[in-house]
Amino acid sequence: MRRVVITGAGTVNALAHDVKGTFEAFREGRCGIGPLDIRDRDRLSIQIGGQVHGWDPETHFNRQQLVLFDKFTQFTLIAARQAIAQSGLNFDGHLGYEAGVVLGTAAGGVNTWDENYRSVYEEGKNRVHPFVVPKLMNNAAASHLSMEFNLKGPSFTVATACASSNHAMGLAFQMVRSGASRAMLTGGSESMLCFGGIKAWEGLRVMSKDACRPFSLNRNGMVQGEGAAIFVFEDYAHAKKRGAEILAEVIGFAMTSDAADIVMPSKQGAARAIAGALRDAQVNPEKVCYINAHGTGTAANDKTECAAVADVFGQHADRLMISSTKSMHGHLIGGTGAVELLACIMALKDGVIAPTIGYEEPDPECALNVVPNVAREAKVKVALSNAFAFGGLNAVLVLKRA
Amino acid sequence: MADSVRDRVIAIIAEQAVLDVSDVTEDSSLESLGIDSLGLVESIFAIEEAFDISVPFNANEPAKSDFDISTVASIIAAVEALVAAQKS
Repeated sequence: MRRVVITGAGTVNALAHDVKGTFEAFREGRCGIGPLDIRDRDRLSIQIGGQVHGWDPETHFNRQQLVLFDKFTQFTLIAARQAIAQSGLNFDGHLGYEAGVVLGTAAGGVNTWDENYRSVYEEGKNRVHPFVVPKLMNNAAASHLSMEFNLKGPSFTVATACASSNHAMGLAFQMVRSGASRAMLTGGSESMLCFGGIKAWEGLRVMSKDACRPFSLNRNGMVQGEGAAIFVFEDYAHAKKRGAEILAEVIGFAMTSDAADIVMPSKQGAARAIAGALRDAQVNPEKVCYINAHGTGTAANDKTECAAVADVFGQHADRLMISSTKSMHGHLIGGTGAVELLACIMALKDGVIAPTIGYEEPDPECALNVVPNVAREAKVKVALSNAFAFGGLNAVLVLKRA
Repeated sequence: MADSVRDRVIAIIAEQAVLDVSDVTEDSSLESLGIDSLGLVESIFAIEEAFDISVPFNANEPAKSDFDISTVASIIAAVEALVAAQKS
């Protein structure tokens, strides 16, 4: 069993196009959610989102790349370039054979589906661009990442709805820990903020029209976001030997399935995932100072999640801090766990707990310290990141200060 | 639409190969211009869009296709034939 550390991080999300800017926004409790700027917005009943603004792909990619890169792939590649630059790793030599990429996305190239459906159904065209399939496929981002950085080991994409990134990062962790890989690029990406992507979510009637207010009594639903976060997970001995800066250590992971309902969360399933991750990490629950919650801002998730935390931690649940940064960057669906892992890294490394913003009224069913509205300073040794997906698939990661 | 079929086909191939129009001669093969299999299907798509024709080409059996892609000249001839067939 090898130790696994994070030696690079990168992101593009509604708060910033890099980690530094995202940390600043977390510290300030800034909201990245606002009016959507997309085609046919007036036909949507949900008109807000955590959209990535000022995105100019031509500055990063040439024309031939752009015909193959859906937005979820673009976000992934930019985040990965940042992460790899920070890690200082180069995969051109032998390391390329010992490194791979596992990414999470719930839906892959949704914008590509959307644009081409428009073209054939709405505009009545009878042919589409030849690269529609390689552009929209869920593994496109992972494959382009492998090609850009010469990653020749295990590489694939997992889709477990809102837990995709956590499942991906958990598998990457297991591969490095077992010795199957020396280093793994991992994280996730999502880009569903287009007419069809939002219309589909509207149908479920779980979306808020005004704000994402996790744990607040007056919460009225989730708000979609978009973007990516990518990390370099590396064998501790390898990182140590080359003198790399270690952002945090990954020490545990567990996944469970509710086997119960396609949309309603289960307290038991979530609690088993949390407890399992702590067992895997071999830490006592009392060591956990911070939990980055799944905290979607829906009635069902937030109370179920708080009940699961109370079950696992007992009295310690009242002492730890739990916040949901979805209030700031929105719910990135398959990419959400990756962006949220940044809040765990900030807590461990900088001693700053990102707040749950938009918090207005205490809910007796969410009676934990949810770090309302304002960031807190605290020494954090161990942090957890929760993800509980539609379909009852749960994935929890445990991180430790480097 | 003043440009001839020849000029328009060469312009499409030049764009795909990221070359100057003057560098695309009629006796060039797509391979010699650096156009790979993905570039080929993209070129065919661009030709279909530009001339509003349907090009009979299956990437699995290019040799069996009625659309001869061996040189730029053969592509021009094939497109001219399709355009003529469409008009008649």
